[in-house]
Amino acid sequence: MSEEILKLSCRDLRAKIAKGEVKSNDAVSAVFGRIERYDGQIGAFLSTFKQDALERAKEIDEKIAKGQSVGALAGVPIAVKDNMCTTFGVTSCASKILENFHSPYNATVIEKLLAADAVIIGKTNLDEFAMGSSTENSGLKKTVNPWDKSRVPGGSSGGSAAAVAAQMCFAALGSDTGGSIRQPASFCGVAGLKPTYGRVSRYGLVAYGSSLDQIGPLTKDAADCAMILNVIAGHDEKDSTSVDEKMAPLCDFLSGIEKDVKNLKIAVVPQLFEGADIEVIAGVKAAIEIYKKLGAEIIEIKMPHFEYAIAAYYLIATAEASSNLARYDGVRYGRRTKNAGDYIEVYTKSRAEALGAEVKRRIMLGTYALSSGYYDAYYLKALKVRNLIRSDFTAAFGKADCIMMSTSPTTAFKIGEKTADPLQMYLSDVYTIAVNLAGVPAISIPCGFDKSNLPIGLQIISPVFGEERLLRIARMLESQTDFHKKKPEL
Amino acid sequence: MTNGDYKVVVGLEIHVQLATRTKMFCGCELVFAAEPNSRVCPVCLGLPGALPVMNRQAVEFAILTATSLNCKVAEFTKWDRKSYYYPDLPKNYQISQYDLPIGSNGFIEIPIGNGATKKNRIRRVHLEEDAGKNIHTAGPFSQVDLNRAGTPLLEIVTEPDINSAEEVRLLAMELQRIVRFLGVSEADMQKGHMRFEPNVNLHIKKDGREHKTPITEIKNLNSFKALEKSVGFEVRRQFDNFIERGEVMQSGNKKTFGWDDVKEVTVLQREKEEAHDYRYFPDPDLVPVVVNEKWLGEIKAKLCELPLKMQSRFISQYGLSDYDASVLTIDKATAEFFDSSVKAGGDAKRVCNLITQTGLKIANEKNCSVAQLGIEPKRLAELAKMTDAGQISATAAVTIFGKMMESKEQPGEIAGKLNLLQKSDAGELEKVVDEVITANPQAVEDAKSGDKKSKKAHGFLMGQVMQKTKGTANPQVVAKILGSKLKA
Amino acid sequence: MSQKKIDIEQVRQVAKLSRLDLSEAEISQFTGQLSAILEYVEKLNQLDTSGVEPLAHCLPIRNSLREDKIKQSLGTEKTLANAPDKDEQFFIVPKILEEPGGF
Repeated sequence: MSEEILKLSCRDLRAKIAKGEVKSNDAVSAVFGRIERYDGQIGAFLSTFKQDALERAKEIDEKIAKGQSVGALAGVPIAVKDNMCTTFGVTSCASKILENFHSPYNATVIEKLLAADAVIIGKTNLDEFAMGSSTENSGLKKTVNPWDKSRVPGGSSGGSAAAVAAQMCFAALGSDTGGSIRQPASFCGVAGLKPTYGRVSRYGLVAYGSSLDQIGPLTKDAADCAMILNVIAGHDEKDSTSVDEKMAPLCDFLSGIEKDVKNLKIAVVPQLFEGADIEVIAGVKAAIEIYKKLGAEIIEIKMPHFEYAIAAYYLIATAEASSNLARYDGVRYGRRTKNAGDYIEVYTKSRAEALGAEVKRRIMLGTYALSSGYYDAYYLKALKVRNLIRSDFTAAFGKADCIMMSTSPTTAFKIGEKTADPLQMYLSDVYTIAVNLAGVPAISIPCGFDKSNLPIGLQIISPVFGEERLLRIARMLESQTDFHKKKPEL
Repeated sequence: MTNGDYKVVVGLEIHVQLATRTKMFCGCELVFAAEPNSRVCPVCLGLPGALPVMNRQAVEFAILTATSLNCKVAEFTKWDRKSYYYPDLPKNYQISQYDLPIGSNGFIEIPIGNGATKKNRIRRVHLEEDAGKNIHTAGPFSQVDLNRAGTPLLEIVTEPDINSAEEVRLLAMELQRIVRFLGVSEADMQKGHMRFEPNVNLHIKKDGREHKTPITEIKNLNSFKALEKSVGFEVRRQFDNFIERGEVMQSGNKKTFGWDDVKEVTVLQREKEEAHDYRYFPDPDLVPVVVNEKWLGEIKAKLCELPLKMQSRFISQYGLSDYDASVLTIDKATAEFFDSSVKAGGDAKRVCNLITQTGLKIANEKNCSVAQLGIEPKRLAELAKMTDAGQISATAAVTIFGKMMESKEQPGEIAGKLNLLQKSDAGELEKVVDEVITANPQAVEDAKSGDKKSKKAHGFLMGQVMQKTKGTANPQVVAKILGSKLKA
Repeated sequence: MSQKKIDIEQVRQVAKLSRLDLSEAEISQFTGQLSAILEYVEKLNQLDTSGVEPLAHCLPIRNSLREDKIKQSLGTEKTLANAPDKDEQFFIVPKILEEPGGF
C-alpha cells in the first residue's frame, strides 16, 4: 500500500485524503518508511519531525472524518530546505554557526504551508547558507544523488531535490539565487520552479543574495509545482520586495494546467548549445522537437550579454551576502567561540571557526567588491551589466513566449569533481544564473536520461509573472513523455 | 586674542529621535526606559531571515522637517546599508541614506537676540535607524540592550556657517523648537532625543595670510550646555595649538574628540589606523521611495506656522517685545493659545501679560502647558477685555484666572460672585464723588491746598468713595474725576 | 606570472573588514582563489556600459510603507533565548573598550 501511495502526485494524494480514501497518517508513515530505510545512504535530511508529523496527520484525518473543511495541501507530507525559519526544530542553514539556532518565528511560506494543512516532515540539507552548486559545501552533512550515490545531487537545494526523487516526501521547498532549485531538480530528475522575483515572500528565508533569492517548489511534476505555488505565492506586508496584486494579480496556477498553449513560440539560443555535454544537448533538442510536433514554432535568438551573467552574479550576490552574513557574529545568537580574548575576537573567531570555506570566500569577495576604491569597478559595473542582461530577456520575450535551454551543461557530476577550483564550480551555473539577475521565472523538468541513467534537465524561462503559462508549457512535455515518472532504484 | 584675528567655523550634525509610535522598520513600540530587551522582534534583533519594512510616518516626519528647513525634498530617495561591526548594531550594518538624502540644500533661520536673525545653510536631512545600547559594567564584560535598536532618527547636517559657540547653541535650540512645533519629535534632552556632533576649526589671519586649523569633531554631546562649552573650549585649544605648533588643516588630520563634562575639557579619542570603510550600497531589502506632488502636498498641508515666523509676527502684528514674543513661542501650544486668545478679541499686550506673568507660573508648578490649564482662548480673551475696560482690576484678573481653571464659568460671572466687579461708569461715579465732596468740606479744602496735608486728604477722599461703593469703584476713574473736580 | 589581481596584504585587509580571523594557510589559499575569480570578472570590462543605469532592484516596486501601528515584541525571554552569553536582561559580551568599528 505504501508503494502505491508514494507514487501519487500531491494533487492526487490531497484529493484522496480529502475523500478519506487514503489517510494522511499512512502517507506520513510511508515517507518515514523511506527515510528510515534510505536516508542513511542519501543524507537528504538534517532533521525530521516524525512524532509531530504523525500527530498532525492524525488531526487532519480526524477533521476530514468529521466533515470539517481542510486546507489546499491537507495531509500532504512536505520537506523544507533548512534555510527557512521554523519555530519547530532547528534552522541551521547547514552551518556550524547556526547548528543550535531555534527561530522564534516561522517564515511566511511556512505559515502558509501550515495554514494549508500541509504536514512538514523535516528540514533538508543544503550548501552552507545556500552558497554552492552541489550541496558539498554543507557544514553539517553530505547528501548524495539518489540516481548514483557517487555523484552530487546538485545545489544548493540538494537535500530537497534528493528527498523528492527518493520519495522521502511528496514535495519540497527550496530556494534559488543562481539556480539552486533548478539545477538540483535537473540532477535529480524532478521538477523545480523558481518563481518571478517578488512572487513568494522572502520573510523568514535566510538571506544570501537578497535581490536574487526566491523560494520555490521541487515536485514530481509541473502540476504539483502549480499546486504548491498557489499556496506560497502572494503579497506579504512583511517583505518590502514582495509584489502586490496590482503588479501581479492573484492567479490560480493549477486550474488551467492541462490546457496546451496554442501558437507557442519558443526561443532557443544556439550559442548556448556550445559548451554543454553532447548527451545533454541531445536530450534538450529532442524535447524541443516534441514541442514542435505539438505545433510550437521555434525561433533562434541571440542573447549577447548572457555570457557575462556569471561575472555579474558573483559580484552582486557576494556583495549582498557579505552584508547579509555580517550578523552571524556569535553575539546575540549562533555559536560563539570559546577563544575570545576581547570583544572583537568574539566576531573574528566565532566566524572563522564556524563558517565554511566557500562562505568565507564569498564574504571576502563581496566585501572587496564594495570596498572603497573598488565599488565602481566591480559592484556598480555588475549592476549595469545586470540591466543589459535583463534587456536581453525583454527583447527575447518580445519575439517568443518562452526560452528553452539546458538547465545545466552536464548531468550530475561526481562528488569532489569540482571542489578543487571554486571558479570551475561557478562556471557550471552558466544557464541558470542570468535568470535570477533578470528576476524572471524559470522551471526545470526532466527531458531525458544519459547513458549512465542520469537525468537531463530542460529549462524553460518565461516573462515576469508568467508562471501560469510557464507551468502549462512544462506540462505539455510531461503529457507526451514519461521522464518525470521514472524513479531511481535505491 | 582680538576678534579680528580669527574666525570660528563650525558645522553641526544633529541626530533627532522621531516621535513615531513604532520603530523605523518594525512594529516594536518606542517606550522610554522600558525593561531591557523587551521591545525587540526578529527584525530589530537581526535574526536570520528577518526583513525591514519602512514606517510611513517616519518618512512623512522627515519630509515635513526637510520642508520646514527650506530643503529641496527628493522626488526619488532610497535606502543604503552602512557597514560596521559593533555589539549594539544587530545586523552589523545600519540602514541609512547615502547619496540621495530625503532633503538637501536648505537653511535654518535662527534668532540671535534683539530681534535679529541669521540664516545658516543646511546641507542635508536624511533618515536612519538608531543602534541599541552598550552598557559598561564594573566587571570584564559589557551588557547589550537592543530596545533602542531600530528607532527612527533624522540626521541633519549644516554647512560650516556657524561662527561662535553661542551661535551653535542657538541653532541647536531653534532646531529643537522647530521639531517640537512640527510635532515630529519630543526633542526631550533628558531622554536623549537630540545628539550633537560639531565640527570645529578656526581660520586665523597671520602675516597677511589665512591659516586653517585642523578640523575637530566632537562626539556624543547631548546637552546645549555641553555643546556650547565644548565648542568654546575647542576654539581656545585650537588657537593655542596653532600659536604653539602652527598646525594647519591637511587631508587626513581631522581628529575626533570627546567631551569630559566633569573636567570641562575635550579629550582626544584614539586615532584610528584607517578611516572607516562603510561600504555603502543600496539596501536590496528595501525599495526606493518616490515622493510625488500629491503626496508632498498632503504632507505640506500638515505644516504649521513655524516658531520664528510666529515670533516675528507677534512682534510686528501685535507689537510685543522680542523677549515676550520669544517666551510665548517657546512651544506651539502656548503660542497658539496666545494667538487664539488675541484673535478672539483680547488685547495682545494684556493677554501676553496674563500668560507670561500668571499663566506660565501656574503651568510650571503643575508641570503642564498653559493651554492645558482648563482655560479656553475665548474666556482668556474675555478676561483681558474686562480688565482693559476697567470692569476688573489687574489684581482681580489674577484671582479670576485661578478660578477659571476650576470652572467653566465666564470671567464676568466669577467676578460677580466674588464681588470683584469694578464700577467704571463715570456718570455714576461722579455722583458719588459729588456726595463725598459735599460731605467732607474740610478734606476738600486740604486737598486743594497743595501742601503737605493735600496728599493725605486726597487719599481720604478716595477712601470715602471706595467705602461708599463698597470697594467696587475703579480707582483710576475715581482719581480722574476727583482730580478734575478739585481743580475746579 | 601574470600580476595577481589581489595580493596577500589586501586579502588580510579584507579579512579584517569582514571580521574573519583566518589562518595563514587560509589567507594564502584565498589569495590565489580570489585572484582567479577577480581575473574572471574582468570580463565585464569588455562591455561598454556608459549610459546604462545600474539595476539594483529588478522590479519597479516603490513606496513599500507600513502604518505606524504597534505590534507585539518577542519579550525579553524570547529575545535572549538563543544568546550564547546573557544574564536575566542583557546580552553579554567581553568588555567593549573602543568606539564603533573598533580597529
